[in-house]
Amino acid sequence: MGLRTPLYEQHVALGAKIVDFGGWDMPLHFGSQVEEHHQVRKDCAVFDVSHMTVVDVTGPQAKAYLQRLLANDVARLTTSGKALYSGMLNEQGGVIDDLIVYLTDFGYRVVVNAATRDKDLAWMQQQLAGFDAQLSERAELAMLAIQGPHARAKTAALVSPARAELISALKPFQGLPDGEWFIARTGYTGEDGLEIMLPAADAQRLLTDLAGAGIPPAGLGARDTLRLEAGMNLYGQDMTEQVSPLAANMGWTIAWEPAERDFIGRAALTAQQAAGDQPKLVGLVLEERGVLRAHQVVRVAGLGEGEITSGSFSPTLGLSVALARVPAATGERAEVEIRGKWLPVRVVTANFVRHGKALI
Amino acid sequence: MSNIPAELRYVDSHEWLRVEADGSVTVGITDHAQEALGDVVFVELPEVGAELNAGQEAGVVESVKAASDIYAPIAGTVLAVNEALVDAPEGVNSEPYEAWFFRIQPSNAADLDGLLDADAYRALCENA
Repeated sequence: MGLRTPLYEQHVALGAKIVDFGGWDMPLHFGSQVEEHHQVRKDCAVFDVSHMTVVDVTGPQAKAYLQRLLANDVARLTTSGKALYSGMLNEQGGVIDDLIVYLTDFGYRVVVNAATRDKDLAWMQQQLAGFDAQLSERAELAMLAIQGPHARAKTAALVSPARAELISALKPFQGLPDGEWFIARTGYTGEDGLEIMLPAADAQRLLTDLAGAGIPPAGLGARDTLRLEAGMNLYGQDMTEQVSPLAANMGWTIAWEPAERDFIGRAALTAQQAAGDQPKLVGLVLEERGVLRAHQVVRVAGLGEGEITSGSFSPTLGLSVALARVPAATGERAEVEIRGKWLPVRVVTANFVRHGKALI
Repeated sequence: MSNIPAELRYVDSHEWLRVEADGSVTVGITDHAQEALGDVVFVELPEVGAELNAGQEAGVVESVKAASDIYAPIAGTVLAVNEALVDAPEGVNSEPYEAWFFRIQPSNAADLDGLLDADAYRALCENA
């Protein structure tokens, strides 16, 4: 038996097929992951993401600490509640984890992945030396991600007037507290929606209320195809400690300015950039029948080989798409080996679907 | 609990077989198999006229999760394939015993005696 979130019993009662995910017993789907995927693109559904790790950073040097810890710069957060996506790198420039950091009244709130919790906390603790700042894990908080074009309106109808008002006032990528709840307009599906961190008993009640209002649960299967369509990386597949953010489509998350900000990994990234030797992460579209899958080999004529890092069937597009790490000079065509056959694929920007619309 | 119709025959690679009045055999994948695969998104069918040995690859079923081979449960010649499945592969999930893959003319009718009945197949699923 793995770790269980406070919503585990409800998932089982709702018909979840449970799988192990980073040591947690989590719902893979509640019948059909493809239907859950469409539900998010067209309306909304709720994901239990309570397994993710919430860490609050406080103290007079919380900002200086995070400016050292993260490749993106928390100085970019100027209004309370604003959120930033960043990589947390090692000295070699490899990605230890990707995370979201919110500016809060008490300091910062950081949300990291579940499967990487132990090594993340150890690393964050280790880097704390010399800074007057404190870390406190908020393991008692559950988290629900309600995602889809109708997520905010439908959730607002189920909560207190104050929370409803907050939900309608939130800007994209902003999160603010209301009592014991922290309500953010964030997510990892390519749709509008909310991520709500709240006490376990409140999460159980909210999940019941959401189900009662016709907002169905969705599992990790749909979460994976939604994030893939949105071109969002999955830690452990598309980025790892052996991969530079420059090779993981995360260049936009590196704040190079100000030049004197000495974040961990900066020297390694600067050297990589000068050498220009990093491969790139692109999108692939298979135009024939078949499904692209992680670890399939990609062949680029005249340039060499690459590898698919995430691949699946795209329910929105009705064909298979993938993220692949390929030589930097790769153009518009490549081939992928599927079950012993080389099939042609189109190479595109790693972003296939946003807000319900096909981008390819 | 997966549905295992009593009137069908089964093999341990999770195909079902229905013996038709004319002696031909219709083949699909079981409810247990479709449940394990998850949402089916593509199927690849054998060629009509293909001569297959028992246990030979006869097609592919790909779900969101994984690709899986379909095997010929008995030796024979492919008489027909269910082209409708190519455009509506989700039928494998919703109606696994309607969503047949191919029909085969057994090379040797006696091969049918070696197949599992519903009870034997249920035992196999439960012990898996």
